[in-house]
Order: sequence, then C-alpha cells, then structure tokens
Amino acid sequence: MPRVLLVEDDPSVREGVELGLRRRGHDVRSAATGEAGLVALREFHPDLLLLDLMLPGMNGVQVCRQVRENSQLPIIMLTARGDDFDVVVGLEAGADDYIVKPARTEVIEARIRAVLRRIDDPGQGRPAVEVHGDLAIDRAGLTVTRSGHRLALAPSELKLLLHLSAAPEQVFSRQQLLEHVWEHSFHADARLVDACVRRLRTKIEDESQPPRYIQTLRGFGYRFGPL
Amino acid sequence: MITLSRSEAGPAHGARTADGSPAGDDPAPAVRRASLGRALRRARTLTFGLRTRLVLAFLLIAAVTAVTTAALTYREARNALLKTTQDTAVSSFRDQVQQTAFSLPVEAVTLQERLREIAAKGKPRPWVVFAEYGAVRASSGANPVSTVITPELRRAAGADPHGTFQRVVKDGEPYLTIAMPTVFAAGPDTVLPTRLVVYAVMPMTDEQTNVDALLVAARNGALPGLAIALVPALLTARSVLRPVRELRRAARSMGSGRLDTRIRPQGNDELAELAHTFNDSASELEHTVRELRQAEARARRFAADVSHELRTPLAGMLAVTEVLDESAEQLDPDTARAVRLVSTETGKLAVLVEDLMEISRFDARAAELNTDEVDPAEAVRKTLQARHWTDDRFRTELPEGLRALLDPRRFDIVIANLVGNALHHGGAPVTVRQRTGVRSDGSPVLITEVADSGPGISPEALPHIFDRFFKADAARTRSAGSGLGLAITLENVRLHGGTIHAGNLPGGGALFTVELPLHTEGHVG
Repeated sequence: MPRVLLVEDDPSVREGVELGLRRRGHDVRSAATGEAGLVALREFHPDLLLLDLMLPGMNGVQVCRQVRENSQLPIIMLTARGDDFDVVVGLEAGADDYIVKPARTEVIEARIRAVLRRIDDPGQGRPAVEVHGDLAIDRAGLTVTRSGHRLALAPSELKLLLHLSAAPEQVFSRQQLLEHVWEHSFHADARLVDACVRRLRTKIEDESQPPRYIQTLRGFGYRFGPL
Repeated sequence: MITLSRSEAGPAHGARTADGSPAGDDPAPAVRRASLGRALRRARTLTFGLRTRLVLAFLLIAAVTAVTTAALTYREARNALLKTTQDTAVSSFRDQVQQTAFSLPVEAVTLQERLREIAAKGKPRPWVVFAEYGAVRASSGANPVSTVITPELRRAAGADPHGTFQRVVKDGEPYLTIAMPTVFAAGPDTVLPTRLVVYAVMPMTDEQTNVDALLVAARNGALPGLAIALVPALLTARSVLRPVRELRRAARSMGSGRLDTRIRPQGNDELAELAHTFNDSASELEHTVRELRQAEARARRFAADVSHELRTPLAGMLAVTEVLDESAEQLDPDTARAVRLVSTETGKLAVLVEDLMEISRFDARAAELNTDEVDPAEAVRKTLQARHWTDDRFRTELPEGLRALLDPRRFDIVIANLVGNALHHGGAPVTVRQRTGVRSDGSPVLITEVADSGPGISPEALPHIFDRFFKADAARTRSAGSGLGLAITLENVRLHGGTIHAGNLPGGGALFTVELPLHTEGHVG
C-alpha cells in the first residue's frame, strides 16, 4: 500500500485524513508544518506527498517548489481556499493534482491512486526507445532524455508526454487529457492541463522558439508534433 | 356786438376721430403682436428647448416694450402736433370771427362777403368758412353747405356757446372743423348767443403726412430694437443655460454611477444655489451608498468568512464519515443511528458550505470562466453518467456534431443542478433537450431544455425560483440540496453571458430553458 506523507497544519483535518487513509490501508505519516514535512520526507521516503497550501511559516507552494528541485515525487495539493489563484500558483509550482477541502476520503484516495497509477502503454510492438527530434522517450524505463540529458519530469508531466507522444499529430482536447492522464471523470479543471503543459514546455522546448513538441490548437486542445 | 368766448375747452372736446376709436390706437402694433404670437406658438410646437423659450420670452418682452413705447410716443407726438394746429386754427378763427362785424339782419349776400374775408385769412392753413343762420346758408366756397360738418358738431355748437371743434375723416382726407357761434354782450359779464353760427373747415393733409411719418419712424425704431434685443437674449440664455447644462451633465454622470460628481457653483444666484443643493444631495447620496455598499460588502465577507471557517472543521469531519459509516455496523442500534445521522448531515453540511463558497465567489465577482471548446451533447452525457443518472428516468434529445465554447465545469454544474432539481421537485421522467437557435440580435445560441413530468411550478413560486434558499414548498423544511442550487445555476449561466428561464409545460411539468452564446473558435494558434 502506498506510503503517504500528509503536511497539514490543522490538527482535526490532519487527524481526520490520516484516520481515513489509514483505515483504507495506506501507510500515513503526517507533519504540521512545511519545515517538518521536508524533514519527514527525507526519513519516511513516501510514495506521495499530500500538501496543504495554507501553512504557517513556509507555505505549501514553497514546499512544493523545494521538493520539485530534486525530486519527481507525486504531489497532490490540498486547498481550503478554493481560490482559483491559489490553485494555479500551486500547479505552476509543480503539483500534479489538487483536491479542494473538505473532501471525502474516497475522493482523496481515488486521486492518490490516479496519480500513482502507471500510464497504460499503448505502444506494444514499438521500439523501447522512441526518438522525436532531440527527445528520446523510453516507455519501458519511463525516462525521457533531451539531447542525451535525462529530464526530471513530475509524474503528471511524464504521463502527459507519454500520452501525447503515443499518438503523434493527433489532437486531444483538454477534457480528454484530463480523463486519460488525471482520471478526472467530470467537473474537470482545464487549468490543470494548461499548467502541466507550461511546465513540460519549459523542460523540453527551446524557449526562444514557438512550441515544437507540444503544440496548441486553439479551441481544440493539444497535439504532439508534427516536428 | 358779438364777442367770442374762450376756446380753451375746445380741444378737450374734440380729441376723438370721426370713426370713434381712441386717438393714437394704430392698428399696426396689434397686427405685429398677433403675428409674433403665432410665431411663438409655432416655435413651441417645433421645440420646447429652454434656450428657445428663453430667447422667445426675451424677444416678447422686448417687442412689447418697444411697441408700447413706440405707440405711446407716437400718440403723444401726434396729439401734440394736432393740438398745435388745432389751437392755432381755433384761436385764429376766433379772432377772425371776433373782428368781423356781422350785420343784422343776416343776408346771404353780405354774409358770403364776410365769410370770404375770413377765408382769405385762414391760418395756419387756408380754410373754407360756412355760416348758418336759421334757414340761411352761406359759404366762402362754391357750395353753400359743407359735407364735412357733422350733425354732432352742429348740436355741440348749439349747446355750447363757447364754440367747439371736431376732427373728421371724409373720403380718406382728414379735416379740422370748427364751429363758432356768434354772441353779443348782454351785460358786463354775460354774453348771449345769436343764432348765427360760423364754421371753418380746414384740410389737415400736411398734419396727416407728418403723423404718418411719425408712425413709420416709430415702427422703424422698434424693429432694429428687437433685433438688438436678440443679442442680450442669447447671451442671457447662454449664461443661464451653462449651469443648467453642467447640472444635466453632472446628473447624468451621477446616474451612470459616478457618485463623486460635483458642480462648481458660480456666482450667487439661484442657479449657484441649485448647484450647492445638488452638491449637498450628491454628498448625501454618496455617503448613503457608500455605507450601504460597505454594509453589503461586510455581509458578503462575513458569509464568505463563515463558509471558509466552516470548511476546515468540515474537512476533518468529512474525512472520517466513512469510518463512522463502516463502524456503525458494529454498534448498538441507537448509537449506530446517531452515528449515521452525523455522517449524513456532515455530508449535507459540506455541500451547503461548498455552495455558499461558490455564491460568495460570484458575489465578490471572483468567479472566473475557464472556457474550452467542447461537444455540448457529450458534456450533458458525461454529467448524467458521472451521477449515475442513466436509467429510464432520464431521456435525452441531443444533436450530434455541435461545438460550443463553454466552461465544462460550470456547464456540468448547470446541467446537474437542473436535472437534480427536476428529479427532486418535479418528477421522472426528466428530459434533457438540446438544440441551436438564434437570438433576436442574430447571434447563435445553444439552447438546453430540462423538462420534468411533475406538477410544474406554481405561479406564486415562479418569480422566486432562482432566489437563494427559496423553498417552493413551504411545508418542506429542507430540500435534498442546499437551497442554493438554482441560484448558483443562474450565476453560472450569467457568467457565460447566457440566460435561463423557468416555466411550465402546457401539459404539466416544469421546463427550464438555458440559452448560452454559441461562439466557437477553431484555428491553429
């Protein structure tokens, strides 16, 4: 069962979520502050970070940025504000998904499972490593290199790239991407896709050029290539 | 011996023209006034502008003043002119008559000679002299009897021994007629009239010419005066209208919501006072509105703060409802019921708080529209599928191949709320119909209809159906939802720039119609 680190300052929320997840068989460790969370991260080695955005001292966005500096740990933000701005800032900082509080444990667990799930590899019979321009995508090893340098991609970024590149030049609507990559069945938030695409582009695209790998079709969605 | 008496009273008796109208009342000013009045009425029917009215009023005053002044001046000048002629004529005639010795008994031949003598000395103009004595008629002219002398003058001459005169217009020619009865001295202080009356008839054509010239002069003076009066009229209208125009601009600015609009008062007149009053009222209004807005903002912030504060404890509670539900099976029946009640109500509370937060965002105008181009029929199908509304209680009539630019999350809320509302307050089957239409301004719209098979909405409830926490059925204390569902639906539709309408179907059942603008993009960017 996945190991989840929960960073949440409110004791009742922390206890409630911990209790609910543990009940469902998760191995949960919790921390009350961002600083304590970063310490626990090194000791506990979780599979996933459940991170509250509003924290005393170091806030959730700062924790998220710091984790992303050297880790591809899946991160789900917990936000009580529901303020659209916070969600976007959190997503830009590198979170893979977000949950608006209050949420039932079944919702939290479904999101955790979705983020942790490996993407189904539709590329059977393909070579293990596909080369698209400067990018080399290893579907089996789940690594991406650009001009020989390995890229540190967050889980959502990797999944999005794998999904798009599996069908080059095919246009996917943001709604479709939310369903396939994030497994959001409804009331999907398209900003999740847009933020992830922006993050991915900073890693794989040449910033001085218009996007080459992930292209926007205004009004329709995104597609991989043509190169 | 005949002496002639005073003639001072004469002019006073004779200040009337033969046609009986008062002297000096020329018809021309009356005609001008009437035509001015017509012009005024016409101008009023054309425009009632303040400037027009001010200028016209000014001109009217100027016209009345000018005409009155001209008329009075004319009358005085005319009277003075005529009086001089009359007085000279009367006194000269009296002298002539006085100096003439009429021999008695009167004989027509000698009398005619005397009259010719008097006629030769006509002053200031030549006159024709007539005399009447009983049946004897004599004159200095060809006709022994004058056609100009009126019976009134004859009567007046007979009644008044001091003599009198009359101005007569005969065949368009003005004449001065003087009647002078001859008298003889009966004693030191008494005179007795003889029956001999001497008349003088004097044409006054020259005087008439002078009077006509006067009239023309008065008229010619009044017209340029009127034209000159237009200049101050326009200037005054401008100076009066400038503050009025400013006031109008300020009022319009206030009306458009700029409550800090003020007028700079100029001078100390009534208009400046009006400006002060306006400014005072504006300050008062601004103050009141600011207070109201602050109160409203406080109320909204309070609602938002309360909802926000409720979320944190709810987050903890909602996370453990599952634990409660699962554990309830192992508890004794009463405790199990209590635990399940807490679990269920926690869920409802969470929905309520979520809806309150959503409404607060709309109130604070913090709600954003994140549009995406989607297939609206697909969106409806997903909304129904996600809530497991896929059995035969639900019917759909959805066109294929449509594209619409909308916020999928908000559209989902709209459809889910309407279908949920139809299910809970109306009755199955619920039909969702989609089609395209055209607005009155020609823009295309996506029309989504949600109809139920219930009793419909009562006419009293219909106007309030989108109100917050409105309960169509007073007996039902709490509905399945938060009571905010339709209010949130309305806000979401409005955020899309669309409209929502609630009504009833002819055969019963409620019908909600949502119209969203169907603008689509679709180019590579």
